[in-house]
Amino acid sequence: MSGRVLVGVKRVIDYAVKIRVKPDNSGVVTDGVKHSMNPFCEIAVEEAVKLKEKKLIKEVVAVSCGPQQAQETIRTALAMGADRGIHVEVSGKDYETLGPLHVSKILAALAKKEEAQLVILGKQAIDDDCNQTGQMTAALLDWPQGTFASEVSLEGDKIKVVREIDGGLETIKINTPAVLTADLRLNTPRYATLPNIMKAKKKKIANVKPADLGVELTSRLEVLRVDEPPQRLAGIKVETVGDLVSKLKETGKI
Amino acid sequence: MVGILQRMSGLRAALRYLSAHRVFSSTARARLSSAGLCSPVLTCSSGQFLFSSRQVHAGADAPKPSPSAAPERLPFSRVTLQDLDFFRKVLPGRTITDPDLLESSNVDWLKTVRGSSEVLLRPQTTEEVSQILSYCNSRNLAVNPQGGNTGLVGGSVPVYDEIVLSTALMNNVLTFDSISGILTCQAGCVLENLSLYLEERDFIMPLDLGSKGSCQIGGNVATNAGGLRLLRYGSLRGTILGLEVVLADGRVLDCLTKLRKDNTGYDLKQLFIGSEGTLGVITAVSVLCPRKPKSVNVVFLGCETFEQLLQTFQLCRGMLGEILSAFEFLDSECMRLLNTHLKMSNPISDCPFYVVIETSGSDSTHDGEKLQNFLEEAMNLSMVADGTVATEDSKIKALWSMRERVTEALTHEGYTYKYDISLPVEQIYQLVTDMRTHLGDQAKSVVGYGHVGDGNVHLNVTSPAKDPALVAAIEPFVYEWTAKRQGSVSAEHGLGLKKRNYIYYSKPSQAVALMGNIKAMLDPKGILNPYKTLPDDLK
Repeated sequence: MSGRVLVGVKRVIDYAVKIRVKPDNSGVVTDGVKHSMNPFCEIAVEEAVKLKEKKLIKEVVAVSCGPQQAQETIRTALAMGADRGIHVEVSGKDYETLGPLHVSKILAALAKKEEAQLVILGKQAIDDDCNQTGQMTAALLDWPQGTFASEVSLEGDKIKVVREIDGGLETIKINTPAVLTADLRLNTPRYATLPNIMKAKKKKIANVKPADLGVELTSRLEVLRVDEPPQRLAGIKVETVGDLVSKLKETGKI
Repeated sequence: MVGILQRMSGLRAALRYLSAHRVFSSTARARLSSAGLCSPVLTCSSGQFLFSSRQVHAGADAPKPSPSAAPERLPFSRVTLQDLDFFRKVLPGRTITDPDLLESSNVDWLKTVRGSSEVLLRPQTTEEVSQILSYCNSRNLAVNPQGGNTGLVGGSVPVYDEIVLSTALMNNVLTFDSISGILTCQAGCVLENLSLYLEERDFIMPLDLGSKGSCQIGGNVATNAGGLRLLRYGSLRGTILGLEVVLADGRVLDCLTKLRKDNTGYDLKQLFIGSEGTLGVITAVSVLCPRKPKSVNVVFLGCETFEQLLQTFQLCRGMLGEILSAFEFLDSECMRLLNTHLKMSNPISDCPFYVVIETSGSDSTHDGEKLQNFLEEAMNLSMVADGTVATEDSKIKALWSMRERVTEALTHEGYTYKYDISLPVEQIYQLVTDMRTHLGDQAKSVVGYGHVGDGNVHLNVTSPAKDPALVAAIEPFVYEWTAKRQGSVSAEHGLGLKKRNYIYYSKPSQAVALMGNIKAMLDPKGILNPYKTLPDDLK
């Protein structure tokens, strides 16, 4: 297989940051908060770059949907080894309501336009935890999907995928073109080294609008309220086993 | 030789005499005995009963004790049941005598020294500390103040049966002024907790150490801890505005001012900063905190030679200037230990030297630009062979841990001999190279890492187990090497137990004598952290 791979990368709030809910409970605070590439998207980029280094594919194209800052995320993918980027401009209200269905439609349109052989995405984003984009993209394209991949190997025009599932591991073989979503153990993303960061500056990022791809961004979902999880209450210390038993009885646990 | 030495005062003079008349070849060292050249001077010039008693019992041909070994026990009282009753009245439920619970207070973090204290006291207030010290002073009971017990020179644990006075329960923040950034808190606050408290309020602590999860601010002040941010925010001598200290006789010295400027009389707090618990017990601290930077970047670079590393440092100073907040280095041996013992992989390609640079500023766009320009220049001039940049918290933590966890990786080698030396910046790695050549294959690993920006190298030599022959080869070679270049034999770790007798390598004898006077004035019975910081030949 010697084709093009499309990798989706999402700009999310950095996982080490403490999330704060907006005072009006309409969402979380994103202004001035550190953002970075979704960790599972990093793993997806790493896998694509690895395939290119093994000469199993020819070109890695990094795609991100979002406002101007999404370009930083694409640059990071370029610094890791992607060849070029596509920035799908979505901003303002549209960006606030952008969801997996819209992104899947965009990615499906791009996959067709770019004649991609493979679409690799992270299994889910750490901000919404939806775990839907990969699956919906495959459905829209009518392509097979290898989700929660912890191991990927290309065998001719088929792909062997080892998937992480509840009971353990499942190995499947799917036809290409296909959609894969990366799970945690697929690989360890490389650090973007300085020479590559310098090279990445010269790589191209194309600008596209969702309308150009025939995608409508109206949302059928409305967020009513966002709340913090309930505060964890302090425990109570007891002196003896007898006390423990009576406390358990008191609170109706036994 | 002994007769000639008796006429000399202070080790410096002895050194000069000896180096003029003897060549320190390996044969000379073997003849000198495992203790190195310090002990002959100490045994004759001191009127101490401790050394003379050793000589009497051991005989003239017995090996002299190493200067870093513990001296004989001084005649303090021993803890009686009545004493325990008193402590239990003052600290109900917080007077600990269970040997299992005492274990962690009796052994240092490096597991190199062990005391035999039988009493651990955990006060919660300054008043309790005052009552305890007043009592101990009247009873002539020795006391070992203890914070996080992360010290590296054996200063934080008892040598014999000193009572351990732990500040662990004195962990309250007292006040914080968000305009001036002045924080006051009790001495037992863990550094990392203070950092978290301040970060929520948009400030940071002026110091940061690898041991932040365990070390307490009182201990940091008592040891004048340096750390990773000294380059940017200066030492505790500048950022500590005030202290509350309990003196040896229980008197509470309240110098806990919250003022940035106060020139009224002698600045007593400076005496206690770095006094390692020997002049008083710090119970509360007032510290000036800097604003939390909006933009932090960390760069991990690889350099082929130390000269290039220094050139990178100069370039960095010039191009990053006011946003530079840390410049640390580690050598390839350190990287090998991180790979082997902690399974941490190299973020970049293998190089002889690695640098961690941190920038902290108020505008990420400006800082990003400055950083990009610096990196491009460094790469174009081939000062830097490889590198990577981190702007996200998770990656920043990962890159910092390459530097912060070297100390941890070393503990997995077996036994580590640690030397914390400050020298003129250009010479800091020469010490490591010379030591490697000098030791040959006697040592398992010889590594160097540390605060390039501050001219401070942490030289570490490891062996599978404690090895007196190896120590004899390292000391006094390392101290003489340092003294010759007017360096400090303990840049930031302090003297504690292990280095107390090496003070003369970096301080003249009149200075040490004056230190002795101050100690005698503030702690006439010598009950506070005995056997540490000041050399045995003082009293």
